[in-house]
Amino acid sequence: MAANVALLGEAPFLILQLLLDGLMIGAIFAVAAYGMALVWGVMNVINVVQGEFVMLGGFITYQLTLWGVSPLWGVPVAAIVLYFIGASLHHVVIRRVADRDMFISLLATFGLSILLQQLMNQIWGGDVRTAQSGLGTWFLLDYTVTVSQMKVAACGGAIAIGGVLILFLKRSRLGQAIRATAQNPRAARILGIDTNRVFAATYGINAALCGAAGALVVMAYSVHPYIGLPYTVRSFMIVIVAGLGNLPGVIVAGLGLGAAENFAGFILGVQYQVAFVFILLVVILVIRSSLLQRRRQFLK
Amino acid sequence: MTLRRQPLLMLAVAAAGVALPFVIPDYRAQIAMLWALVIMAQTWDITGGQTGYNSFGNILFFGVGMYASVVVQRDVGLDYFPGLVLGMVVGAGIAAALAVLLGSMILRMRGHYFAIATLGLGIAAGEIAGGWDYLGAGSGLSPPLFPAPPGTANLFFAYLFFGLAALVFVLLAALYRTRFGLALNAIRDNEDKAEAMGLHTGVYKVTAWTMAAFVLGLVGGAMGNMLGFVDPRDTAFAGATFGVWMVLMAILGGKGTLWGPVLGAVIFHITQELLWTHLLGWQRVALGVIIVGIVVFFPQGILGWARTRWPARHEPREQGSERA
Repeated sequence: MAANVALLGEAPFLILQLLLDGLMIGAIFAVAAYGMALVWGVMNVINVVQGEFVMLGGFITYQLTLWGVSPLWGVPVAAIVLYFIGASLHHVVIRRVADRDMFISLLATFGLSILLQQLMNQIWGGDVRTAQSGLGTWFLLDYTVTVSQMKVAACGGAIAIGGVLILFLKRSRLGQAIRATAQNPRAARILGIDTNRVFAATYGINAALCGAAGALVVMAYSVHPYIGLPYTVRSFMIVIVAGLGNLPGVIVAGLGLGAAENFAGFILGVQYQVAFVFILLVVILVIRSSLLQRRRQFLK
Repeated sequence: MTLRRQPLLMLAVAAAGVALPFVIPDYRAQIAMLWALVIMAQTWDITGGQTGYNSFGNILFFGVGMYASVVVQRDVGLDYFPGLVLGMVVGAGIAAALAVLLGSMILRMRGHYFAIATLGLGIAAGEIAGGWDYLGAGSGLSPPLFPAPPGTANLFFAYLFFGLAALVFVLLAALYRTRFGLALNAIRDNEDKAEAMGLHTGVYKVTAWTMAAFVLGLVGGAMGNMLGFVDPRDTAFAGATFGVWMVLMAILGGKGTLWGPVLGAVIFHITQELLWTHLLGWQRVALGVIIVGIVVFFPQGILGWARTRWPARHEPREQGSERA
């Protein structure tokens, strides 16, 4: 561990390399987190299936390549398929738990996450899958820093997807209805917004967002049936740190998490990278609760 | 279940526990597992049902107990039974210490934040164990062989887990009648009011979780020996099996009740044993369906449903009645 830290000091290009890689995957984390914040803010549901949606998008894209279709089609195809999966899951499960105790929705989405994870394990097997995009690699700074073009493309794709979503929420009729429902569902109902449809659309849009992100993940990185929960937890952490409805915060926290994770993976060893994610989650929650505690004492 | 009929029921369960390993000797392993699951559901319910703090990560204590026990058996060099007992006690001690340490930090969080924090802890523990060479890393550890013919090991564990389950049940039944039990219920029903009444809610919550952790440590220590194999993700920190089963069993039976977790564990285990072998690899898919189905359509559990169906039979003083 100390040796790895020392190595970083001796070879600054490694720092650059880890930082670049981390920021690029961080953009994808930010997209998934933005979707989670959307569902959380609008429906008051912490969506534990988030990571499975990402994974499903990846597997759909992988399946397309098996059929000989370019994985680039995976982005729209996964988004559309996931939209309908999300909307139907909302119809069958989510709408029945959304207005109950948050633990119920947490457990229900956790059950969905196990369900989807094991379903994908049955369909595509437990191996690590990746879709070849055919893009090459750039070598920078005298071949010390490598940049996979696909990772850059994935990062750009994530930014584009996020941009489209934001425009959609700001400009479109449905987007305005979603934001109105998030602010005050009762008032929105009074003004003639069919909030149940808004909820279904919100959940579907979140799933589509994750599906598109998953298509980018499978091209630039890889997917296997057990990456879901880490993605969920990353999204959750980002939302906790940034707060609901704080878009710049989500972007900064997402990129920061990507970079932090990459450095931790390098320093602690790759086998502890996932452990780092989950420990970080607990640490963030503890810090959050002690900050709240302090604020509470000031109120006395 | 009225209080009047409880002694009869307890007697029947006790008789079943004593007789079962000899009535159906072929199923001793499953009987042992049944009682272990009963304990898991019971201990989950201390915080989950009685205190309103739903943990997704109690598997952490189970896994810690399992690893600690096998490491003690490996490194201390005692005979099998003294080694097992020492291992179980050490494991339970470490689990309890962890519960005090972690609990004092994360039990300050309310509701779902606590649930997610515990989820993180359970998975992180599995990931750490999977990378730690001292604990056999990804390939896990093997406990020493049971020093007797194969059939007797399951007999031993069946009675060990039964005894422990009975003890836990009796202790919890007594505990839930005390001021301590009422304090836990008060925290569940309205934590702010409980605090305003002068209860040191933090102490109660941490104590409750520590009790669960201690017992789960014992169960884990024995379970590692019964299964004969300790693996970071599939047996010790098995979030997708034992970890979520204990939540599910308690909810299925009726959380916040004394008999609910027992009933839930029995029904769950029997269903699982009858159906699972026919599902061929689709078991965990089925588990997901079951979780969603129970949570969505049957969140009050069997005893909760019975209580609304026949309210007259449940005296208002009965333990853990949900009046929220």
